[in-house]
Amino acid sequence: MIKIAIEKKLLGANGQMNLRFQAEIKPGELVTIYGPSGAGKTSVIRMLAGLSTPENGKIDVDDELWFDSSKKINLKPQSRNIGIVFQEYSLFPNMTVRGNLEFALEKGQPKAVVDELLNLTELSELQNRKPQLLSGGQKQRIALARALIRKPKLLLLDEPLSALDREMQAKLQDYILQVHQHYKLTTILVSHDITEVVKMSKRVILFEDGKVKNEGTPTDVLQLNHLKLQRADAI
Amino acid sequence: MLDFEPFLLTLKLVTVTTMLLFVLGIPLAYWLVFSRARWKVLVEALVGMPIVLPPSVLGFYLLLLFSPENSVGKFLDHYFDIRLVFTFPGLVIASMVYSLPFMVQPLQAGFRMVPMALSEAAYTLGKTKLTTLIKVLIPNMKTSLLTAVILTFAHTVGEFGVVLMVGGNIPKETRVISVAIYDEVEAMNYHQANIYSIILLAFSFVVLVIVYGINQRMHKVHYLP
Repeated sequence: MIKIAIEKKLLGANGQMNLRFQAEIKPGELVTIYGPSGAGKTSVIRMLAGLSTPENGKIDVDDELWFDSSKKINLKPQSRNIGIVFQEYSLFPNMTVRGNLEFALEKGQPKAVVDELLNLTELSELQNRKPQLLSGGQKQRIALARALIRKPKLLLLDEPLSALDREMQAKLQDYILQVHQHYKLTTILVSHDITEVVKMSKRVILFEDGKVKNEGTPTDVLQLNHLKLQRADAI
Repeated sequence: MLDFEPFLLTLKLVTVTTMLLFVLGIPLAYWLVFSRARWKVLVEALVGMPIVLPPSVLGFYLLLLFSPENSVGKFLDHYFDIRLVFTFPGLVIASMVYSLPFMVQPLQAGFRMVPMALSEAAYTLGKTKLTTLIKVLIPNMKTSLLTAVILTFAHTVGEFGVVLMVGGNIPKETRVISVAIYDEVEAMNYHQANIYSIILLAFSFVVLVIVYGINQRMHKVHYLP
């Protein structure tokens, strides 16, 4: 079980924002965080990854404290056992596709997992190419495969598909679902695309203006949100 | 007969200086870029000093510093039996100070050019800062590495004031090519001075052509991710 309750003051486009995020995620669950851009979704992901530090709160992953402001615990990203896929791929341009995956191996970890993931994401034929000449969809598959090498305790996907066209998005969503089923990794997917949320998750956390506004099944949460927006328009 | 000694000495001095500065420059530039210490501007200013200072000023203070009459020089002389005035090791240290910004500044630019997201990706894959430096940062800033090495190399070949101050004009020990040329001109040996100068001119030109050639080719195949 992953228990998150974190707070941080952020300076955003609309002045200062008090970001507050809390959630409980069951092992093996794929949960989405849905919200408009500027809501602070990426900040939440960065705090979970240890790339930025919350001011207050606690991140408890299977009874291992990754962050606890009261106990002054703050694990570095290196010690958190996460996998993360960013929107902008962040592949290493000096390494081949295979090199990018092998870089992620832990000391002494057998290389078989590299081939397994290359096959699963259908990248075997591209394995000796450098990533920069590949398409966006191919790049994001590499980034996904790379994030999975260590079988992380928590997989963080920060709007990984928003730079791709619809067709490629649908294809990659299938890949993500497939690897999720295959490895049963606890996964948080950030998205601002309703169809993606509905397709990918059974549970969504609605996140607006730095606050968790609601959570539940996508149909319940998003319909209610939609109605509220309509009512606001009518008034 | 032409004395090749000053030429070989210059080559030796430049190679040793560039290699040592490279080893020193990487951690220094890394620290200057990524440290959050406020006083790093002081270090940055110190590193950049040789760009604005006349070489003779730099040479003068290094001479005082190295002199066995003074604290540092006395300490080295007394405890390690090391003399830095009018010796090759002293020349190397003086050259390193003199060329330091030409190594460090391009490296700083290189570290800044590599997207932060690449380092963060490496950290989230469990890699230490050192591994990230060696496997991610350095391989993705080859152009800056090359620029730093060329500039340091060229700048050290061309130094005169510092060398003359700290090294003097001792054959086979501190008599580098620029000093030798000056020496020949002073003795009205224009022919000899001319030969040295032409060799230096041709050598510098060839080195730069080769290096920029490599640079251009690297640019052609260098794409951002």
